[in-house]
Amino acid sequence: MIKTIFAFINAAIIQSIPLLYGATGEIITEKSGNLNLGIPGIMYMGGISGIIGGYLYEHSVANPSAILCVLIPLLSSLIGSTLLALIYSFLTISLRVNQNVTGLALTTFGIGIGNFFGGSLLSFFGETGSISLIRTGKAFKASLPFAHKLGIFGKTFLSFGFLAYLAIAIALVTSYFFNRTRAGLNLRAVGENPATADAAGINVTKYKYLSTLIGGAIAGLGGLYFVMDYTGGAWTNNGFGDRGWLAIAIVIFAIWRPTTAILSSFLFGGLYILSIYIPGLSGSAKEIINMLPYVVTILVLVIISMRKKRENQPPAHLGLSYFREER
Amino acid sequence: MACAAIELKNITKRFGSKVVANHNVSLSVYKGEILSLLGENGSGKTTLMNMISGIYYPDEGQIFIDGEEVVIRSPKDAFKYKIGMIHQHFKLIDVFSAAQNIVLGLEEEGKFDIKSVTQRVKEISSMYGFDIDPNKKIYEMSVSEKQTVEIIKVLYRGADILILDEPTAVLTPQETQKLFAVLRKMRDSGKAIIIITHKLHEVLSLSDKVAVLRKGEYIGTVNTAETSESELTEMMVGKKISLNINRTEPKDPEDRLEVKNLNCVSADGVKLLDNVSFTARSGEILGIAGIAGSGQRELLESIAGLQVIESGSIIYHNPKTGTEDELRGRSPIQIRELGVRLSFVPEDRLGMGLVGNMDIIDNMMLRSYRKGHSMFLEKKGPKDLAERIIKDLEVVTPSAQTPVRKLSGGNVQKVLVGREIAASPTVLMAAYPVRGLDINSSYAIYNLLNQQKERGVAVIFVGEDLDVLIELCDRILVISSGKVSGIVEGRGADKGEIGLMMTGANGGANGND
Repeated sequence: MIKTIFAFINAAIIQSIPLLYGATGEIITEKSGNLNLGIPGIMYMGGISGIIGGYLYEHSVANPSAILCVLIPLLSSLIGSTLLALIYSFLTISLRVNQNVTGLALTTFGIGIGNFFGGSLLSFFGETGSISLIRTGKAFKASLPFAHKLGIFGKTFLSFGFLAYLAIAIALVTSYFFNRTRAGLNLRAVGENPATADAAGINVTKYKYLSTLIGGAIAGLGGLYFVMDYTGGAWTNNGFGDRGWLAIAIVIFAIWRPTTAILSSFLFGGLYILSIYIPGLSGSAKEIINMLPYVVTILVLVIISMRKKRENQPPAHLGLSYFREER
Repeated sequence: MACAAIELKNITKRFGSKVVANHNVSLSVYKGEILSLLGENGSGKTTLMNMISGIYYPDEGQIFIDGEEVVIRSPKDAFKYKIGMIHQHFKLIDVFSAAQNIVLGLEEEGKFDIKSVTQRVKEISSMYGFDIDPNKKIYEMSVSEKQTVEIIKVLYRGADILILDEPTAVLTPQETQKLFAVLRKMRDSGKAIIIITHKLHEVLSLSDKVAVLRKGEYIGTVNTAETSESELTEMMVGKKISLNINRTEPKDPEDRLEVKNLNCVSADGVKLLDNVSFTARSGEILGIAGIAGSGQRELLESIAGLQVIESGSIIYHNPKTGTEDELRGRSPIQIRELGVRLSFVPEDRLGMGLVGNMDIIDNMMLRSYRKGHSMFLEKKGPKDLAERIIKDLEVVTPSAQTPVRKLSGGNVQKVLVGREIAASPTVLMAAYPVRGLDINSSYAIYNLLNQQKERGVAVIFVGEDLDVLIELCDRILVISSGKVSGIVEGRGADKGEIGLMMTGANGGANGND
């Protein structure tokens, strides 16, 4: 029993990492007033870009080094997801296209790209079978050397690849950035009231672009973690599932706070796999349990809108584009 | 002679190809001087100031600071030249504290430390006599406190040239005096101040020079000491207009609407209306005076059936049937059918009453679509009505099919008031119907209200300009923090007395009516 609980906690943490990346990325984006519903697509993009980079490297040299096995997919993942975020930024910030439409289109696009390359990458090189980057996966999965010596504690809490720790570090840094730095204050101002920020001398366009691009890049790492660490370098079409949407739900659940997002991701990660750990569930009961994260999100929305506390509301200008000389 | 602190030469700004907001404007302000920028609505005052503060960029012309030509492309450039603007609509982030708003966008050396900011804000406050808590959130502040934050914000940035866009529009007479004292202090310490306003007595009491704009054109600058109210009005509107508002004696007034011990409580448990009682009579204009947010809105909404009433009653004396009807508990539609009309004009004009993206005809239809006999909408009636309103009220619009949001403020208000009047109401409530309107449009609205009064309608007029209330209304109900502080006769009313009652300074001693 104890063992099952620890195994569940460990699995919940693993599940929470991609969610946390997605949520942190989306929080940074939304703080600038951009509601990027393309995040699920960007996370697919981050995953497949990492796979492509890793594949090209692993298959072009005889003896791939572990460090490059990490760095190359990391870099290509960042480039891939930033590119997609750039499309979103250009459309919504410079051309002022509706954010919801752009985001949804981007999600469809990103998932499509992921599945296209996931399904056909090997055939471009005349190979068959499915993608499996064993060395890259192993490099990403490398955990702290002393973790296995610490018994069940180490196994439960310290047995992760570096991307897991990076996710938490990024969330903490983001929180510090929002609350303790000038740039963070400026960014929040842009999302709350861009006209005011503009009048205060803040470059609204720059902040919107940067936060959307950086947010996209961070969210993409969630996809990379999934394909490299969680599945160990293998790609399955649609394998990432609806985790991107769950990440967006966490943003609301965590009321736009990165530190709260850490715990929320853990909770949602746990709920995501809860049905597997409860023995003897019928198929329909499993589906109901799988709905829990979304039910909880709706409840949170109801509660924050009932409590009307201003600090807990979404950024006031979320979803709207800004045009300075609009009269 | 020293160089002007700021000088504009032949500034022109266009929006699109047709609208010329400023044409060939030139003016200058020296250090230790207060310049009033006077002009009707839409005369381009704010646009001109926005160009100085870097929000807009002029199409033609030059700007000089201390004799040197400068280019102000962004608000950041404006800060660089020590220009600070206090906008009419406050540019503050609601969820931030005063101190956070004050440092927003600043690029200072060293670590970001909100504590030292707070300290500095306190220093500035004590220097000029402001009373402000740097850690208070903006959404918890009163209008006057928000304005104080705005002023400290520009002082914190070391501004030497201050621009204030209609700073007194939202203040009580007492708060206005306090603000003027602060401005004089700043002038004496060598700052150049530009104040945008259309209140003539403020211009005369505060400024050293007056620059006048009319429809984007620069008319001229005069020394305040050498001018008069009528000269300035003439410069501003181009022709002499009577400052007197018509007021006829009420004809056989009878009680129409009786509000008794009305109480309303907000969702947070704050008392919005506290034991309000009064009577509105037919053939009479009842003014409601009070500081913005004292319960005026809730009062009108209670009568219109839009507000949840805690206790009390609203009795309507129906002239058709002669019965006394209780309005409390009736739906807004039932109340409207009885002839009680609300023409509520909120701050943004289009918030309630009209739909901005719909044209004038469709907006007329909002009130009549239920009356059709078939499943299809009847367009004929609303179309005739729209055209009649455009003609009678001189609404300036390309056509009746123009979306309302494209009309100017005055014309939007005419459409709204015109529609409510068209239903021949017995009670007409108008809240801030002239807010933001120029003098000519305001008079058009006053005339409309007077016509209704002569037709025997009980008019309830919520206004903010005390001069207008005193000249227009037969009786004035003064409200302060949800309480009635008294009802005074419009004829011979004393402005200072009403001002005091608005702030509750008389302790509500007059009691309820």
